[in-house]
Amino acid sequence: MDRERFSSEPEARALVARIRELVDGPAALMEVCGTHTVAISRFGIRSLMPDDLRLLSGPGCPVCVTPQREIDRAIAVARDPRAIVVTFGDMMRVPGSGSTLEREKASGADVRIVYSPLDALEVASLSPDREVVFLGIGFETTSPTIAATVIAAEERGIANFSVLPLFKLVPPALHMLAALPGRALDGFICPGHVSTIIGSSAYEPVASRHNMPCVVVGFEPLDILGGIVMLLEQIREVRGGGDARVENEYGRAVTPEGNVRAQELLDRVFEVRDSDWREIGEIEKSGYGFSSEFVDYDARVKLDVDVPLDAEATGCICGEIMLGTKLPTDCPLFATRCVPRDPVGPCMVSSEGACAAFYKYERNEG
Amino acid sequence: MCLAIPGRITEVEGATGLVDFGGVTRETSLTLVPNAAPGDYVLVHAGFAIEILSEEEAEETLSLFRDLAGALGDEP
Repeated sequence: MDRERFSSEPEARALVARIRELVDGPAALMEVCGTHTVAISRFGIRSLMPDDLRLLSGPGCPVCVTPQREIDRAIAVARDPRAIVVTFGDMMRVPGSGSTLEREKASGADVRIVYSPLDALEVASLSPDREVVFLGIGFETTSPTIAATVIAAEERGIANFSVLPLFKLVPPALHMLAALPGRALDGFICPGHVSTIIGSSAYEPVASRHNMPCVVVGFEPLDILGGIVMLLEQIREVRGGGDARVENEYGRAVTPEGNVRAQELLDRVFEVRDSDWREIGEIEKSGYGFSSEFVDYDARVKLDVDVPLDAEATGCICGEIMLGTKLPTDCPLFATRCVPRDPVGPCMVSSEGACAAFYKYERNEG
Repeated sequence: MCLAIPGRITEVEGATGLVDFGGVTRETSLTLVPNAAPGDYVLVHAGFAIEILSEEEAEETLSLFRDLAGALGDEP
């Protein structure tokens, strides 16, 4: 399956021309996936759009929406010499209220970066006298891999392994965004890889309850341009009095029902809880905690690490950016006091945050 | 963070497969795609194959894009 074929220039030109035909007034589309954020910036797609069409980055970066207090909790765990913190690399440089995992590691804490959560089980079996704590960050793409790892730990009798559950769910965030007063959004570019797990049908309630066009979109240039065309055609119908629906541009990876096996593992290991999103606040039923069957793997219960509530007064506008009312370039701190090497707000912290992607690829275009 | 890379399964042993990413081969868990078989293209995220890719659907999407390009070319 040749990815190059989804970058073909003649088709890309045709899709851009079609987008220009379809835009006949102000419209705003939002993606909620860090991989889309980076792809749109890196391929220069925003610069090809007509002025009336705004492409916005919502709360699509799980690292960015993790509350600072939880980073502080991970740091507190890392400072305990009995613990080994195991994480995806994305979390290393995220600032807590006074430190980062990277700094703790440099000061002697045992913090290890892995490619797969399964690697954490190898760490645990090689260090039976230490508690191995995996940072459970991610949307529905990642949470099934961690559910499968927890089940593998149980099967292999590995008891010195636990997970700090910081997972987030995408559809509840879309409901919250679609219901914001003033209706700043006209359609959602739905996240392709989250959708492989939850299926395109997971967005039906978003489309029907809010009459909000939703299109599941892949990550190559033609995917994104094609997805925008599908959204614009649907927006035209909705503005003419039609009903919004869910469409799927990424049919090669996403089915209506999603990955049923992955959903079964999620249902077994976790249960849905309310969850706090950094700079946004609590969203109902938008996170996972452990189910009673697997509570022994909950690092929060097992270690009982308490950390103070954080202030999070940064002076940045990340909250407004993630809600779709502002762009990174609207922030007075952007590229001045807030830069990737020394980030102020969460959207600059991760390479997949809207501000970091703008900084790297679109700083001079505004 | 939700980056997933397509690769082709070359071998399957139990719930683990070898996946070829254009010349680089990695061991990958097939726990989430129990029906995957050698020759299948899969999307891989964090060491797990999360879905089998459909070549048929890929061709259909590409043909939609081509039709659109053709239709625009026909316009005066």
